[in-house]
Amino acid sequence: MSKSIRLGEIAHARSGDKGSHANVGVIAYNLAGYQHLRSVLTSEAVETFFARLNPIQVERFELPGIYALNFLLHDALAGGASQTLRTDSQGKTLALAILEMPIPPPENLAPLRRGC
Amino acid sequence: MSAKSIRIGNGAGFWGDNLDAPRLLAQRGELDYLTLEYLAELTLSILAHQRTKDPASGYVTDLVDVVRSIGPQLAGSPPLKLVTNGGGMNPVGCAKAIARVLVESGLGQLRLAAVTGDDLLPQLDDLLAGGESFSHFDTGKPLGNLRRKIVSANAYLGAAGIVNALADNAQIVLTGRIADAALVVGPAIHEFGWRWDDWHRLGAAIVAGHLIECGAQVTGGMYSDWNPRIDLSTVGYPIAELRDDGASVISKPPGTGGEVSVGTVSEQLVYEIADPCQYFTPDAVANFANVQLTQQGENEVLVTGGTGAAAPTSLKVSMAYHDGFTTSAMIVVVGPHAEGKARSAAEAIRARVETAGYELDEFAFECLGAGDSLPGMDLWRQSSQEIVLRVAARDRRREAIDRLARELAPLVTSGPPGITGYTGARARSRPVLAYWPTTIPRELVQTNVDVRTAQEWLV
Repeated sequence: MSKSIRLGEIAHARSGDKGSHANVGVIAYNLAGYQHLRSVLTSEAVETFFARLNPIQVERFELPGIYALNFLLHDALAGGASQTLRTDSQGKTLALAILEMPIPPPENLAPLRRGC
Repeated sequence: MSAKSIRIGNGAGFWGDNLDAPRLLAQRGELDYLTLEYLAELTLSILAHQRTKDPASGYVTDLVDVVRSIGPQLAGSPPLKLVTNGGGMNPVGCAKAIARVLVESGLGQLRLAAVTGDDLLPQLDDLLAGGESFSHFDTGKPLGNLRRKIVSANAYLGAAGIVNALADNAQIVLTGRIADAALVVGPAIHEFGWRWDDWHRLGAAIVAGHLIECGAQVTGGMYSDWNPRIDLSTVGYPIAELRDDGASVISKPPGTGGEVSVGTVSEQLVYEIADPCQYFTPDAVANFANVQLTQQGENEVLVTGGTGAAAPTSLKVSMAYHDGFTTSAMIVVVGPHAEGKARSAAEAIRARVETAGYELDEFAFECLGAGDSLPGMDLWRQSSQEIVLRVAARDRRREAIDRLARELAPLVTSGPPGITGYTGARARSRPVLAYWPTTIPRELVQTNVDVRTAQEWLV
């Protein structure tokens, strides 16, 4: 089994809030990266990664036009911007967090990187 | 109407955004329309609170200075048009305040519209009596006893009020709560003469509206592929050049910093969305899934493939209700064992508040600098000899929160060594205005448009 890679090696991301839910959009740098993400970045994997934020459900949606997956983390913001006691009341840091997520490597990493 | 394309620039993504951005966009953007989006989910509840103290207030006061600063463009040829939701809880009061500035600037004949009808609070009891339950959008819980704690209740209006105002030759359109994308959809329908059931083009315009509604977030701000060569100190605010077929080009004024690339635009496309196939607005349900982005020039991205489906039968309503009190405060802890000292200081605060007779409903602390900004995830955990301790609490009783706020300063002399940075004013307790998203059948909401010249507004 080869070593995992950092999600941030093949994608970039943005996150924010939808009420007490958070959303995290993950954008692959190219089609090959998107195809890899579709197979390894499942809603279950994302739910496990963010388990400490206690999402009650994670939904995954696809935006093939821009090679992106969007994750909706239900109730992951401890009450949302108006009620949470967290510094990151609006989930802005989840994007940088998910880019640190270890994922299974593709067979050939080079063509999935930025600029390819 | 048969414009081939229109240029719409958005100079504000929230109330508190860069004060100079609207003026710089108006000066350099070659715009047909300037939009300013000011209302986050809970901004209206703050404005509602202001209006209870002073009936003439309740709108975004920044707007008055903004209008003064873009006077030359409003008087220009062709004249710039301004469409904004900065009317907040009081579009009529806002129109009067802006009219005063316009008359002072010699623009007394300029026509201003106030779009109202979003504020449901005056009719809320009648609507409840009529059988509306205003159940929570996510949980399905009925509003019930929370009714007596509601401080604001606003429906998201669609583009119709803007379109009617523009048709009546308004040059400035002031709305309250309105779908953010309607600030772009309204001008598009007015200029291109689109039908109200031309769902695909409405959907495509919604995509453009979504892309520019957060200001510099599409021109390099917040970009996760940040690098120091992207100059954000002079970041340009976004322009959508929208075509009659619904496609658009996102750009920014020449000579500004930031970046408009497939990367920055794609990040904004996914910002704060749920199902990309169903982005609900009052005018159409847009579909983002097949949007394609093409770099067609330096800092120019072509946006195609946005589509839409029929408008929903209900409108979203955002309510805010009083839910106790809260505060947060920070102190700096340095030296060996900084994190351990910070944790024990936080526990001391909690214990002292408890000894004073208040078991707090909710108490939390974070050791910032040690990796606590995402609680428990340990992604950025590191040993640090310099930590910001942030404590926060929520309680039904204001006096419990006030007591907590008092407990930080004594730590300087009665806590672990190395505590500093507590030199500002004591943290203040503030009311929690909690969010209650719900819906209402659209036929129960009526949009009103009042268009007058600046001079007439002052009569």
